[in-house]
Amino acid sequence: MTVLPEYPQARGCPFQPASGYADYAPVSKVRLYNGREVWAVTGHAEARQVLLDPVTYSSDRVHPHYPALAPRFESARKVRNFIGMDPPEHTVQRRMLLSSFTVKKTNALRPRIQALVDGLIDEIEAKGPVADLVPDFALPVPSIVICELLGVPYADHAFFEHQSRRVVTGSTTLEESADAFAQLKGYLDELIQRKQREPGDGLLDTLIAEQVETGGLTRAELVDIALLLLVAGHETTASAIALGVVTLLEHPDQLTALRSDARLLPTAVEELLRYMAIADGIARFATADADLAGHRVRAGDGIVVVIATANRDGEAFPSPAAFAVDRGARHHVSFGHGVHQCIGQNLARAEMEIALGTLFRRLPGLRLARDLADLPIKEAGGVQGVWELPVTW
Amino acid sequence: MRISADQGRCLGAGQCVLSAPDRFDQSELGLVEVLDPEVPEGDEQRFRDILDLCPSQALSLEA
Ligand code: HEM
Ligand code: HEM
Ligand code: SF4
Repeated sequence: MTVLPEYPQARGCPFQPASGYADYAPVSKVRLYNGREVWAVTGHAEARQVLLDPVTYSSDRVHPHYPALAPRFESARKVRNFIGMDPPEHTVQRRMLLSSFTVKKTNALRPRIQALVDGLIDEIEAKGPVADLVPDFALPVPSIVICELLGVPYADHAFFEHQSRRVVTGSTTLEESADAFAQLKGYLDELIQRKQREPGDGLLDTLIAEQVETGGLTRAELVDIALLLLVAGHETTASAIALGVVTLLEHPDQLTALRSDARLLPTAVEELLRYMAIADGIARFATADADLAGHRVRAGDGIVVVIATANRDGEAFPSPAAFAVDRGARHHVSFGHGVHQCIGQNLARAEMEIALGTLFRRLPGLRLARDLADLPIKEAGGVQGVWELPVTW
Repeated sequence: MRISADQGRCLGAGQCVLSAPDRFDQSELGLVEVLDPEVPEGDEQRFRDILDLCPSQALSLEA
Protein backbone atom coordinates (compact mmCIF):
# COMPACT_ATOMS: atom_id res chain seq x y z
CA MET A 1 0.00 0.00 0.00
CA THR A 2 1.40 3.41 -0.92
CA VAL A 3 1.29 6.19 1.64
CA LEU A 4 -0.28 9.32 0.22
CA PRO A 5 1.35 12.70 0.80
CA GLU A 6 -0.47 14.93 3.26
CA TYR A 7 -2.16 18.25 2.61
CA PRO A 8 -1.37 20.78 3.96
CA GLN A 9 2.38 20.57 4.52
CA ALA A 10 4.35 23.20 6.41
CA ARG A 11 6.49 25.55 4.36
CA GLY A 12 10.20 25.37 5.11
CA CYS A 13 10.70 28.94 3.90
CA PRO A 14 7.73 31.30 4.27
CA PHE A 15 7.65 32.32 0.63
CA GLN A 16 8.33 28.92 -0.95
CA PRO A 17 5.58 26.34 -1.44
CA ALA A 18 5.98 23.09 0.48
CA SER A 19 7.77 20.72 -1.88
CA GLY A 20 5.98 17.53 -0.86
CA TYR A 21 3.45 17.27 -3.67
CA ALA A 22 5.28 18.96 -6.56
CA ASP A 23 6.19 15.52 -7.94
CA TYR A 24 2.54 14.59 -8.22
CA ALA A 25 1.56 17.29 -10.73
CA PRO A 26 -0.84 18.17 -12.13
CA VAL A 27 -3.45 16.12 -10.24
CA SER A 28 -2.98 13.46 -7.58
CA LYS A 29 -4.48 12.05 -4.40
CA VAL A 30 -3.47 13.47 -1.00
CA ARG A 31 -4.56 12.74 2.55
CA LEU A 32 -6.12 15.31 4.90
CA TYR A 33 -5.62 15.58 8.68
CA ASN A 34 -8.72 13.45 9.27
CA GLY A 35 -7.58 10.68 6.92
CA ARG A 36 -9.88 11.67 4.09
CA GLU A 37 -8.41 11.25 0.61
CA VAL A 38 -8.94 14.18 -1.74
CA TRP A 39 -7.59 15.33 -5.10
CA ALA A 40 -4.76 17.85 -5.00
CA VAL A 41 -4.81 19.98 -8.14
CA THR A 42 -1.31 21.39 -8.52
CA GLY A 43 -1.16 22.29 -12.24
CA HIS A 44 -2.07 25.80 -13.38
CA ALA A 45 -4.38 24.82 -16.26
CA GLU A 46 -6.09 22.20 -14.11
CA ALA A 47 -6.51 24.66 -11.21
CA ARG A 48 -8.22 27.09 -13.55
CA GLN A 49 -10.35 24.33 -15.03
CA VAL A 50 -11.69 23.47 -11.56
CA LEU A 51 -12.15 27.07 -10.44
CA LEU A 52 -13.94 28.02 -13.68
CA ASP A 53 -16.55 25.30 -13.24
CA PRO A 54 -18.62 25.96 -10.10
CA VAL A 55 -21.34 23.60 -11.35
CA THR A 56 -19.05 20.55 -11.23
CA TYR A 57 -16.80 21.83 -8.42
CA SER A 58 -18.87 23.28 -5.60
CA SER A 59 -17.84 25.82 -2.92
CA ASP A 60 -20.82 24.96 -0.69
CA ARG A 61 -19.10 24.90 2.70
CA VAL A 62 -22.16 23.68 4.56
CA HIS A 63 -22.26 20.49 2.48
CA PRO A 64 -20.76 17.45 4.22
CA HIS A 65 -18.72 16.62 1.10
CA TYR A 66 -16.87 19.96 1.33
CA PRO A 67 -13.45 19.01 2.65
CA ALA A 68 -12.22 20.58 5.86
CA LEU A 69 -8.51 21.15 5.35
CA ALA A 70 -7.87 21.58 9.08
CA PRO A 71 -9.98 20.99 12.19
CA ARG A 72 -10.77 24.68 12.55
CA PHE A 73 -12.58 24.75 9.21
CA GLU A 74 -15.31 22.51 10.56
CA SER A 75 -16.75 25.33 12.65
CA ALA A 76 -16.68 27.73 9.72
CA ARG A 77 -19.30 25.53 8.07
CA LYS A 78 -21.96 27.33 10.07
CA VAL A 79 -21.07 30.69 8.57
CA ARG A 80 -23.14 31.22 5.43
CA ASN A 81 -21.86 33.84 3.05
CA PHE A 82 -21.04 34.00 -0.62
CA ILE A 83 -17.47 32.63 -0.42
CA GLY A 84 -19.12 29.34 0.59
CA MET A 85 -22.07 29.42 -1.83
CA ASP A 86 -22.53 28.43 -5.47
CA PRO A 87 -24.26 30.46 -8.19
CA PRO A 88 -27.00 31.64 -8.39
CA GLU A 89 -27.13 32.23 -4.61
CA HIS A 90 -23.49 33.37 -4.59
CA THR A 91 -24.03 35.83 -7.43
CA VAL A 92 -26.91 37.66 -5.74
CA GLN A 93 -24.86 38.41 -2.61
CA ARG A 94 -21.63 39.24 -4.44
CA ARG A 95 -23.40 41.73 -6.69
CA MET A 96 -24.69 43.64 -3.65
CA LEU A 97 -21.06 44.55 -2.89
CA LEU A 98 -19.54 45.08 -6.33
CA SER A 99 -20.10 48.81 -6.57
CA SER A 100 -17.84 49.36 -3.53
CA PHE A 101 -14.90 47.37 -4.98
CA THR A 102 -14.50 48.74 -8.51
CA VAL A 103 -11.06 49.79 -9.75
CA LYS A 104 -12.22 53.43 -9.61
CA LYS A 105 -13.49 53.19 -6.02
CA THR A 106 -10.36 51.46 -4.77
CA ASN A 107 -8.12 53.96 -6.57
CA ALA A 108 -10.03 56.77 -4.87
CA LEU A 109 -8.89 55.31 -1.52
CA ARG A 110 -5.20 55.63 -2.44
CA PRO A 111 -4.60 59.10 -0.93
CA ARG A 112 -6.12 57.91 2.35
CA ILE A 113 -3.98 54.73 2.32
CA GLN A 114 -0.88 56.83 1.57
CA ALA A 115 -1.56 59.14 4.54
CA LEU A 116 -2.14 56.15 6.78
CA VAL A 117 1.10 54.45 5.67
CA ASP A 118 3.10 57.66 6.13
CA GLY A 119 1.70 58.10 9.63
CA LEU A 120 2.69 54.56 10.62
CA ILE A 121 6.22 55.01 9.27
CA ASP A 122 6.51 58.31 11.20
CA GLU A 123 5.73 56.37 14.37
CA ILE A 124 8.19 53.59 13.50
CA GLU A 125 10.95 56.16 12.90
CA ALA A 126 10.13 58.02 16.10
CA LYS A 127 10.37 54.83 18.15
CA GLY A 128 13.68 54.01 16.43
CA PRO A 129 15.07 50.60 15.54
CA VAL A 130 14.17 47.78 16.16
CA ALA A 131 10.52 47.60 14.99
CA ASP A 132 8.26 44.56 14.59
CA LEU A 133 6.63 45.29 11.25
CA VAL A 134 3.72 42.88 11.83
CA PRO A 135 1.92 44.80 14.63
CA ASP A 136 3.47 48.20 13.76
CA PHE A 137 2.82 48.23 10.02
CA ALA A 138 1.54 45.19 8.14
CA LEU A 139 -1.57 44.57 10.27
CA PRO A 140 -2.80 48.13 10.93
CA VAL A 141 -2.77 49.15 7.23
CA PRO A 142 -5.41 46.67 5.98
CA SER A 143 -7.17 46.65 9.31
CA ILE A 144 -7.82 50.42 9.35
CA VAL A 145 -8.69 50.41 5.64
CA ILE A 146 -11.33 47.67 5.94
CA CYS A 147 -12.78 49.25 9.11
CA GLU A 148 -13.19 52.61 7.41
CA LEU A 149 -14.65 50.99 4.31
CA LEU A 150 -17.22 49.00 6.29
CA GLY A 151 -17.92 51.70 8.88
CA VAL A 152 -16.62 49.63 11.81
CA PRO A 153 -15.14 51.76 14.63
CA TYR A 154 -11.35 51.25 14.52
CA ALA A 155 -11.37 51.59 18.30
CA ASP A 156 -12.59 47.96 18.29
CA HIS A 157 -9.76 46.73 16.05
CA ALA A 158 -7.75 44.91 18.71
CA PHE A 159 -10.78 42.78 19.46
CA PHE A 160 -11.51 41.60 15.95
CA GLU A 161 -7.88 41.34 14.88
CA HIS A 162 -7.41 38.92 17.71
CA GLN A 163 -10.62 37.00 16.98
CA SER A 164 -10.10 36.80 13.23
CA ARG A 165 -6.58 35.51 13.80
CA ARG A 166 -8.09 32.74 15.81
CA VAL A 167 -10.34 31.98 12.82
CA VAL A 168 -7.76 31.83 10.03
CA THR A 169 -4.55 30.53 11.58
CA GLY A 170 -3.31 27.02 11.09
CA SER A 171 -2.96 26.01 14.74
CA THR A 172 -6.46 27.02 15.80
CA THR A 173 -8.49 24.19 17.26
CA LEU A 174 -12.11 23.50 16.47
CA GLU A 175 -13.34 24.83 19.83
CA GLU A 176 -11.21 27.93 19.56
CA SER A 177 -12.36 28.81 16.05
CA ALA A 178 -16.01 28.17 16.99
CA ASP A 179 -15.64 30.53 19.93
CA ALA A 180 -13.91 33.15 17.78
CA PHE A 181 -16.73 32.99 15.23
CA ALA A 182 -19.34 33.35 17.97
CA GLN A 183 -17.58 36.38 19.47
CA LEU A 184 -17.22 38.10 16.11
CA LYS A 185 -20.83 37.42 15.18
CA GLY A 186 -22.09 38.81 18.50
CA TYR A 187 -20.00 41.95 18.04
CA LEU A 188 -21.18 42.53 14.46
CA ASP A 189 -24.81 41.84 15.27
CA GLU A 190 -24.72 44.51 17.96
CA LEU A 191 -22.90 46.94 15.69
CA ILE A 192 -25.47 46.46 12.91
CA GLN A 193 -28.36 47.01 15.33
CA ARG A 194 -26.70 50.20 16.55
CA LYS A 195 -26.27 51.34 12.94
CA GLN A 196 -29.94 50.65 12.23
CA ARG A 197 -30.75 53.23 14.93
CA GLU A 198 -27.92 55.65 14.10
CA PRO A 199 -26.85 55.26 10.46
CA GLY A 200 -23.28 56.15 9.44
CA ASP A 201 -21.68 56.25 6.00
CA GLY A 202 -19.81 52.95 5.60
CA LEU A 203 -20.53 49.96 3.36
CA LEU A 204 -22.46 48.28 6.19
CA ASP A 205 -24.70 51.34 6.44
CA THR A 206 -25.31 51.20 2.68
CA LEU A 207 -26.18 47.49 2.88
CA ILE A 208 -28.54 48.13 5.79
CA ALA A 209 -30.34 50.86 3.83
CA GLU A 210 -30.36 49.09 0.44
CA GLN A 211 -30.79 45.46 1.47
CA VAL A 212 -31.82 44.87 5.09
CA GLU A 213 -34.50 47.57 5.19
CA THR A 214 -35.92 46.37 1.85
CA GLY A 215 -35.90 42.65 2.63
CA GLY A 216 -32.96 41.79 0.31
CA LEU A 217 -30.92 40.49 3.26
CA THR A 218 -31.79 39.49 6.81
CA ARG A 219 -29.71 40.98 9.60
CA ALA A 220 -28.18 37.54 10.22
CA GLU A 221 -27.11 37.32 6.57
CA LEU A 222 -25.51 40.75 6.77
CA VAL A 223 -23.62 39.67 9.89
CA ASP A 224 -22.12 36.73 7.95
CA ILE A 225 -21.17 38.99 5.01
CA ALA A 226 -19.60 41.56 7.35
CA LEU A 227 -17.66 38.76 9.02
CA LEU A 228 -16.31 37.61 5.67
CA LEU A 229 -15.18 41.11 4.66
CA LEU A 230 -13.59 41.85 8.00
CA VAL A 231 -11.59 38.61 8.19
CA ALA A 232 -10.87 38.40 4.45
CA GLY A 233 -9.86 42.03 4.25
CA HIS A 234 -7.05 42.12 6.75
CA GLU A 235 -5.28 38.89 7.68
CA THR A 236 -4.51 38.07 4.03
CA THR A 237 -3.31 41.54 3.11
CA ALA A 238 -1.32 41.92 6.34
CA SER A 239 0.47 38.66 5.53
CA ALA A 240 1.11 39.84 1.98
CA ILE A 241 2.70 43.10 3.17
CA ALA A 242 4.91 41.44 5.82
CA LEU A 243 5.99 38.56 3.61
CA GLY A 244 6.46 41.02 0.74
CA VAL A 245 9.09 42.83 2.82
CA VAL A 246 10.85 39.53 3.56
CA THR A 247 10.74 38.36 -0.06
CA LEU A 248 12.16 41.63 -1.40
CA LEU A 249 14.91 41.73 1.24
CA GLU A 250 15.88 38.17 0.34
CA HIS A 251 16.17 39.12 -3.37
CA PRO A 252 18.47 42.17 -3.21
CA ASP A 253 19.02 42.41 -6.96
CA GLN A 254 15.26 42.56 -7.49
CA LEU A 255 14.87 45.13 -4.72
CA THR A 256 17.56 47.27 -6.36
CA ALA A 257 15.78 47.01 -9.71
CA LEU A 258 12.52 48.08 -8.08
CA ARG A 259 14.16 50.97 -6.25
CA SER A 260 15.72 52.28 -9.43
CA ASP A 261 12.39 52.35 -11.26
CA ALA A 262 9.24 52.99 -9.23
CA ARG A 263 7.13 52.25 -12.30
CA LEU A 264 7.89 48.57 -11.65
CA LEU A 265 5.83 48.69 -8.46
CA PRO A 266 2.59 47.24 -9.93
CA THR A 267 4.39 44.35 -11.66
CA ALA A 268 6.52 43.76 -8.55
CA VAL A 269 3.34 43.43 -6.46
CA GLU A 270 1.85 41.06 -9.02
CA GLU A 271 5.02 38.92 -8.93
CA LEU A 272 4.98 38.94 -5.13
CA LEU A 273 1.39 37.73 -5.21
CA ARG A 274 2.31 34.89 -7.57
CA TYR A 275 5.48 33.93 -5.77
CA MET A 276 4.26 34.06 -2.15
CA ALA A 277 0.79 32.50 -2.67
CA ILE A 278 -0.53 33.85 0.63
CA ALA A 279 -3.65 31.67 0.39
CA ASP A 280 -1.92 28.29 0.08
CA GLY A 281 -4.85 26.30 -1.27
CA ILE A 282 -8.64 26.41 -1.60
CA ALA A 283 -11.17 23.62 -1.35
CA ARG A 284 -14.04 22.39 -3.53
CA PHE A 285 -15.97 19.15 -3.95
CA ALA A 286 -17.22 17.40 -7.09
CA THR A 287 -20.99 17.38 -7.61
CA ALA A 288 -20.76 14.95 -10.56
CA ASP A 289 -18.32 12.49 -12.10
CA ALA A 290 -15.73 14.35 -14.17
CA ASP A 291 -12.43 13.95 -16.01
CA LEU A 292 -9.51 15.90 -14.62
CA ALA A 293 -6.11 15.55 -16.30
CA GLY A 294 -6.95 11.94 -17.20
CA HIS A 295 -8.17 11.04 -13.70
CA ARG A 296 -11.73 9.97 -13.04
CA VAL A 297 -13.13 12.26 -10.36
CA ARG A 298 -16.30 10.90 -8.70
CA ALA A 299 -19.28 12.86 -7.43
CA GLY A 300 -18.64 13.67 -3.77
CA ASP A 301 -14.84 13.68 -4.06
CA GLY A 302 -13.03 16.48 -2.25
CA ILE A 303 -10.63 18.76 -4.12
CA VAL A 304 -7.88 21.08 -2.97
CA VAL A 305 -6.59 23.55 -5.52
CA VAL A 306 -2.99 24.13 -4.46
CA ILE A 307 -2.45 27.77 -5.38
CA ALA A 308 1.18 27.74 -4.27
CA THR A 309 2.21 25.06 -6.79
CA ALA A 310 -0.14 26.18 -9.59
CA ASN A 311 1.68 29.53 -9.44
CA ARG A 312 4.99 27.71 -10.00
CA ASP A 313 3.82 25.67 -13.00
CA GLY A 314 6.49 25.96 -15.70
CA GLU A 315 3.88 25.57 -18.44
CA ALA A 316 2.26 28.82 -17.33
CA PHE A 317 5.28 30.75 -16.06
CA PRO A 318 8.73 30.41 -17.69
CA SER A 319 11.46 29.89 -15.04
CA PRO A 320 8.74 29.61 -12.39
CA ALA A 321 11.12 29.47 -9.43
CA ALA A 322 12.69 32.83 -10.33
CA PHE A 323 11.37 35.90 -8.55
CA ALA A 324 11.40 38.67 -11.17
CA VAL A 325 9.82 42.05 -10.39
CA ASP A 326 9.45 42.80 -14.11
CA ARG A 327 7.76 39.50 -15.04
CA GLY A 328 4.47 41.26 -15.70
CA ALA A 329 2.30 38.12 -15.47
CA ARG A 330 -1.17 38.47 -13.95
CA HIS A 331 -2.52 34.99 -14.63
CA HIS A 332 -1.44 33.53 -11.25
CA VAL A 333 -4.27 32.12 -9.15
CA SER A 334 -3.36 33.88 -5.88
CA PHE A 335 -6.78 35.53 -5.82
CA GLY A 336 -8.43 32.36 -7.12
CA HIS A 337 -10.17 32.24 -10.52
CA GLY A 338 -13.74 31.93 -11.69
CA VAL A 339 -16.77 33.40 -9.97
CA HIS A 340 -15.18 33.53 -6.50
CA GLN A 341 -12.05 35.40 -7.61
CA CYS A 342 -11.20 37.80 -4.79
CA ILE A 343 -13.56 40.76 -4.65
CA GLY A 344 -10.98 42.77 -2.68
CA GLN A 345 -8.06 42.18 -5.07
CA ASN A 346 -7.73 45.75 -6.27
CA LEU A 347 -7.85 47.05 -2.73
CA ALA A 348 -5.17 44.52 -1.77
CA ARG A 349 -3.02 45.62 -4.74
CA ALA A 350 -3.36 49.30 -3.75
CA GLU A 351 -2.43 48.55 -0.13
CA MET A 352 0.58 46.44 -1.11
CA GLU A 353 1.87 48.98 -3.64
CA ILE A 354 1.62 51.91 -1.25
CA ALA A 355 2.85 50.06 1.84
CA LEU A 356 5.87 48.40 0.19
CA GLY A 357 6.77 51.31 -2.10
CA THR A 358 6.70 53.85 0.75
CA LEU A 359 8.48 51.64 3.28
CA PHE A 360 11.50 50.95 1.06
CA ARG A 361 11.65 54.58 -0.07
CA ARG A 362 11.53 56.07 3.42
CA LEU A 363 13.73 53.47 5.17
CA PRO A 364 16.42 52.79 2.54
CA GLY A 365 18.60 50.85 4.98
CA LEU A 366 15.79 48.45 5.93
CA ARG A 367 17.00 44.93 6.83
CA LEU A 368 15.94 41.96 8.94
CA ALA A 369 16.94 42.18 12.60
CA ARG A 370 16.78 38.38 12.86
CA ASP A 371 17.86 35.55 10.55
CA LEU A 372 15.26 34.49 8.03
CA ALA A 373 15.49 30.94 9.39
CA ASP A 374 14.48 32.19 12.86
CA LEU A 375 11.33 34.05 11.81
CA PRO A 376 8.24 32.31 13.19
CA ILE A 377 6.28 30.98 10.20
CA LYS A 378 2.50 30.56 10.20
CA GLU A 379 1.33 26.95 10.36
CA ALA A 380 0.61 24.81 7.31
CA GLY A 381 -2.50 25.53 5.26
CA GLY A 382 -4.75 28.56 5.32
CA VAL A 383 -3.19 32.01 5.16
CA GLN A 384 0.63 31.86 5.00
CA GLY A 385 3.05 34.40 6.44
CA VAL A 386 5.19 35.27 9.45
CA TRP A 387 4.06 36.02 13.00
CA GLU A 388 6.82 38.51 13.75
CA LEU A 389 9.04 40.63 11.55
CA PRO A 390 11.75 42.44 13.52
CA VAL A 391 13.63 44.90 11.30
CA THR A 392 16.22 47.59 11.67
CA TRP A 393 17.38 50.37 9.32
CA MET B 1 -12.66 41.74 -34.49
CA ARG B 2 -14.81 43.29 -31.78
CA ILE B 3 -14.88 42.78 -28.01
CA SER B 4 -18.19 41.55 -26.70
CA ALA B 5 -19.03 41.68 -22.97
CA ASP B 6 -21.74 39.76 -21.12
CA GLN B 7 -22.79 41.76 -18.05
CA GLY B 8 -24.82 38.76 -16.96
CA ARG B 9 -21.60 36.80 -16.37
CA CYS B 10 -19.40 39.66 -15.07
CA LEU B 11 -18.57 39.53 -11.37
CA GLY B 12 -16.69 42.77 -11.19
CA ALA B 13 -13.16 41.57 -10.51
CA GLY B 14 -11.93 44.50 -12.60
CA GLN B 15 -9.17 42.55 -14.36
CA CYS B 16 -10.20 44.01 -17.71
CA VAL B 17 -10.04 47.60 -16.38
CA LEU B 18 -6.55 46.93 -14.98
CA SER B 19 -5.39 45.52 -18.32
CA ALA B 20 -6.82 48.17 -20.63
CA PRO B 21 -8.40 51.17 -18.91
CA ASP B 22 -8.85 52.81 -22.32
CA ARG B 23 -11.11 49.95 -23.41
CA PHE B 24 -13.00 48.90 -20.27
CA ASP B 25 -14.77 50.59 -17.38
CA GLN B 26 -17.12 49.47 -14.61
CA SER B 27 -20.67 50.77 -14.22
CA GLU B 28 -22.08 52.19 -10.97
CA LEU B 29 -23.11 48.60 -10.17
CA GLY B 30 -19.55 47.39 -10.70
CA LEU B 31 -20.26 45.59 -13.99
CA VAL B 32 -18.11 45.73 -17.12
CA GLU B 33 -18.66 48.41 -19.76
CA VAL B 34 -16.77 48.32 -23.05
CA LEU B 35 -15.63 51.82 -23.95
CA ASP B 36 -14.31 50.89 -27.39
CA PRO B 37 -14.89 47.39 -28.79
CA GLU B 38 -12.71 47.64 -31.94
CA VAL B 39 -9.63 45.42 -31.92
CA PRO B 40 -7.12 46.69 -34.49
CA GLU B 41 -5.65 44.12 -36.87
CA GLY B 42 -2.48 42.60 -35.40
CA ASP B 43 -3.62 43.29 -31.82
CA GLU B 44 -5.77 40.15 -31.51
CA GLN B 45 -3.31 38.18 -29.38
CA ARG B 46 -2.89 41.01 -26.87
CA PHE B 47 -6.67 41.13 -26.45
CA ARG B 48 -6.97 37.33 -26.25
CA ASP B 49 -4.53 37.47 -23.31
CA ILE B 50 -6.54 40.25 -21.65
CA LEU B 51 -9.80 38.36 -22.15
CA ASP B 52 -8.21 35.20 -20.75
CA LEU B 53 -7.65 36.99 -17.43
CA CYS B 54 -11.37 37.60 -16.94
CA PRO B 55 -12.27 35.16 -14.17
CA SER B 56 -15.93 34.84 -15.12
CA GLN B 57 -15.47 34.37 -18.89
CA ALA B 58 -17.63 37.40 -19.54
CA LEU B 59 -15.57 38.69 -22.47
CA SER B 60 -15.14 37.35 -25.98
CA LEU B 61 -13.91 38.37 -29.42
CA GLU B 62 -16.37 38.41 -32.30
CA ALA B 63 -15.82 38.78 -36.02
C1 HEM C 1 -15.01 35.54 7.89
C2 HEM C 1 -14.39 35.29 6.79
C3 HEM C 1 -14.10 33.93 6.36
C4 HEM C 1 -14.85 32.85 6.58
C5 HEM C 1 -16.17 32.77 7.21
C6 HEM C 1 -14.11 31.77 6.03
C7 HEM C 1 -14.53 30.51 6.07
C8 HEM C 1 -13.73 29.50 5.70
C9 HEM C 1 -14.19 28.21 5.61
C10 HEM C 1 -15.59 27.81 5.86
C11 HEM C 1 -13.15 27.46 5.20
C12 HEM C 1 -13.10 26.03 4.91
C13 HEM C 1 -14.27 25.33 5.48
C14 HEM C 1 -14.11 23.86 5.47
O1 HEM C 1 -13.07 23.41 4.97
O2 HEM C 1 -15.04 23.22 5.94
C15 HEM C 1 -12.06 28.32 5.01
C16 HEM C 1 -10.87 27.90 4.54
C17 HEM C 1 -9.93 28.75 4.06
N1 HEM C 1 -9.97 30.10 4.08
FE1 HEM C 1 -11.39 31.14 4.92
N2 HEM C 1 -12.98 32.21 5.47
C18 HEM C 1 -12.94 33.53 5.65
C19 HEM C 1 -11.98 34.37 5.17
C20 HEM C 1 -10.99 33.94 4.35
C21 HEM C 1 -10.45 34.66 3.26
C22 HEM C 1 -11.04 35.79 2.54
C23 HEM C 1 -9.42 34.02 2.80
C24 HEM C 1 -8.58 34.54 1.68
C25 HEM C 1 -7.65 33.95 1.18
C26 HEM C 1 -9.38 32.81 3.51
C27 HEM C 1 -8.49 31.81 3.27
C28 HEM C 1 -8.83 30.53 3.47
C29 HEM C 1 -8.04 29.45 3.03
C30 HEM C 1 -6.73 29.54 2.27
C31 HEM C 1 -8.71 28.32 3.41
C32 HEM C 1 -8.27 26.90 3.16
C33 HEM C 1 -8.82 26.40 1.91
C34 HEM C 1 -10.31 26.23 1.87
O3 HEM C 1 -10.83 25.40 2.60
O4 HEM C 1 -10.97 26.91 1.06
N3 HEM C 1 -10.35 32.78 4.46
N4 HEM C 1 -12.41 29.56 5.32
C1 HEM D 1 -3.31 39.76 -0.70
C2 HEM D 1 -4.48 39.74 -0.17
C3 HEM D 1 -5.58 38.77 -0.51
C4 HEM D 1 -5.49 37.47 -0.96
C5 HEM D 1 -4.24 36.65 -1.23
C6 HEM D 1 -6.84 37.00 -1.16
C7 HEM D 1 -7.17 35.75 -1.66
C8 HEM D 1 -8.44 35.34 -1.96
C9 HEM D 1 -8.77 34.09 -2.60
C10 HEM D 1 -7.78 33.02 -3.00
C11 HEM D 1 -10.10 34.04 -2.76
C12 HEM D 1 -10.91 32.94 -3.46
C13 HEM D 1 -11.50 31.93 -2.51
C14 HEM D 1 -12.18 30.80 -3.23
O1 HEM D 1 -12.20 30.72 -4.48
O2 HEM D 1 -12.73 29.92 -2.54
C15 HEM D 1 -10.63 35.26 -2.19
C16 HEM D 1 -11.96 35.57 -2.13
C17 HEM D 1 -12.45 36.67 -1.43
N1 HEM D 1 -11.72 37.72 -0.93
FE1 HEM D 1 -9.73 37.92 -0.97
N2 HEM D 1 -7.70 38.00 -0.80
C18 HEM D 1 -6.98 39.09 -0.41
C19 HEM D 1 -7.48 40.32 0.00
C20 HEM D 1 -8.82 40.59 0.20
C21 HEM D 1 -9.36 41.85 0.65
C22 HEM D 1 -8.55 43.10 0.94
C23 HEM D 1 -10.71 41.66 0.75
C24 HEM D 1 -11.82 42.57 1.20
C25 HEM D 1 -11.86 43.78 1.26
C26 HEM D 1 -11.02 40.32 0.33
C27 HEM D 1 -12.28 39.77 0.28
C28 HEM D 1 -12.59 38.59 -0.33
C29 HEM D 1 -13.94 38.08 -0.46
C30 HEM D 1 -15.20 38.74 0.04
C31 HEM D 1 -13.86 36.88 -1.16
C32 HEM D 1 -15.00 35.97 -1.58
C33 HEM D 1 -15.37 36.26 -3.01
C34 HEM D 1 -16.43 35.32 -3.57
O3 HEM D 1 -16.63 34.22 -3.05
O4 HEM D 1 -17.09 35.71 -4.57
N3 HEM D 1 -9.84 39.71 0.00
N4 HEM D 1 -9.60 36.04 -1.73
S1 SF4 E 1 -12.53 41.04 -15.94
FE1 SF4 E 1 -14.45 39.99 -16.37
S2 SF4 E 1 -15.45 39.81 -14.40
FE2 SF4 E 1 -13.88 41.33 -14.21
S3 SF4 E 1 -14.90 43.28 -14.53
FE3 SF4 E 1 -14.01 42.63 -16.47
S4 SF4 E 1 -15.66 41.49 -17.45
FE4 SF4 E 1 -16.23 41.67 -15.32
